[in-house]
Amino acid sequence: MSADPTQVLAFETDCHIFDGCGFPAPGLHSFLFEPLWGDADSNLYFNKTMLLALLGSIIIVGFFWAAFRRPKVVPGKLQMVAETGYDFIRRGVVYETIGKKEGEKYVPLIVSLFFFIWMMNLWSIIPLAQFPVTSIIAYPLVLALIVYVLWVSLTFKRHGFVGFFKNVTGYDKSLGAVLPLAMTIEFFSNLLVRPFTHAVRLFANMFAGHTLLLLFTIASWYLLNGIGIAYAGVSFVMTIVMTAFELFIQALQAYVFVLLTCTYIQGALAEHH
Amino acid sequence: MSQLLIVAAEEAENPLVPPIPELVIGLLAFVIVFGFLAWKLLPNINKVLEQRREAIEGGIEKAEAAQTEAQSVLEQYKAQLAEARHEAARLRQEAQEQGAALIAEMRAEGQRQREEIVAAGHTQLEADRKTASAALRQDVGKLATELAGKLVGESLEDHARQSRVIDRFLDGLDDAASKAEATR
Repeated sequence: MSADPTQVLAFETDCHIFDGCGFPAPGLHSFLFEPLWGDADSNLYFNKTMLLALLGSIIIVGFFWAAFRRPKVVPGKLQMVAETGYDFIRRGVVYETIGKKEGEKYVPLIVSLFFFIWMMNLWSIIPLAQFPVTSIIAYPLVLALIVYVLWVSLTFKRHGFVGFFKNVTGYDKSLGAVLPLAMTIEFFSNLLVRPFTHAVRLFANMFAGHTLLLLFTIASWYLLNGIGIAYAGVSFVMTIVMTAFELFIQALQAYVFVLLTCTYIQGALAEHH
Repeated sequence: MSQLLIVAAEEAENPLVPPIPELVIGLLAFVIVFGFLAWKLLPNINKVLEQRREAIEGGIEKAEAAQTEAQSVLEQYKAQLAEARHEAARLRQEAQEQGAALIAEMRAEGQRQREEIVAAGHTQLEADRKTASAALRQDVGKLATELAGKLVGESLEDHARQSRVIDRFLDGLDDAASKAEATR
């Protein structure tokens, strides 16, 4: 099913150390997939990442459908679990940053973002899938752009045209002579760099995490020859450790993404200082 | 195989340049999640959470209301009890006073009746005595005259002398009677 050339090399060849075979290191090619359907050049294709993305959506919707379709005042086990997650984002993130009154409107967006990103990250360690969808820049970028559009339109709506620029440039008279410089930096940092960093933070974490996992997994197999077997064991232990670590990073990055989203929204809604 | 690897590596584009189809699918995937959650599932759970909150707070409110009512009823009851006690005391006092007044009245009435009876008795006695005295005087005069007539015969027919003698006799009797009464 997978067209990942690295995985083909790591698990389906006899390439081992001392066999005159070079280490098939993971790289950018590890994040490219032959289309499952269609042609890669025609922009009309379907590959593993897309499949995982859609499958992930269905899983999330299915989970919440099962939990919240007919919710009860006295919750069952599934509803309790889903409620805990929902309440964590609602209270712990949205109410904490934006506030209950203004934040209520954005709860569905933030909750969707969190569970969507988490699921996409989780694919990284789910057997057979084993690829984080968010390590393809397109997925974090789409989410960051949604947040960006929301942030810009909210700032316009709340502060008007002049207020928007004051808000974006962090206009503050008390800065005096430094003001033009500060405004320029703030303008770039907020309006141009922000969506990029927002997306890349998630992307790079998952990209690096997947590369690390690949590295240790491939090394475990590659070293499985002669004295290398001892090192293969170490590498395998590292694979397990990194998998556990990734599990933590996946949740953390999803949390960071929605927390930043809330901070941006809060900044858009905030009055001038 | 290594050929394929090289080709793949060469084809590997900048990982920061997003392929359009993946952008579309990413958007679609997220919209599916957001759509379902925002349209139905989160409003569903919000309603239930609100119901739960109301159920809990409603229970507390009900308990509070019941307690307040119980308190007010208790106070009412206490007030009524105090009032009843007061009323009873007042009634007792009143009855006592009434009883005392009644006794005093009856005593006065009894006294009055007794005095009346005594007075009536006295009057009757006096009248009887007077009547008896008058009748006695007449009878004694008549008897004495009769006796004296029998003793002296016709000598006492002189009327003037006769009545003088009788009067003297009667005066003597009166004196004796009053003397006897005084010594008695």
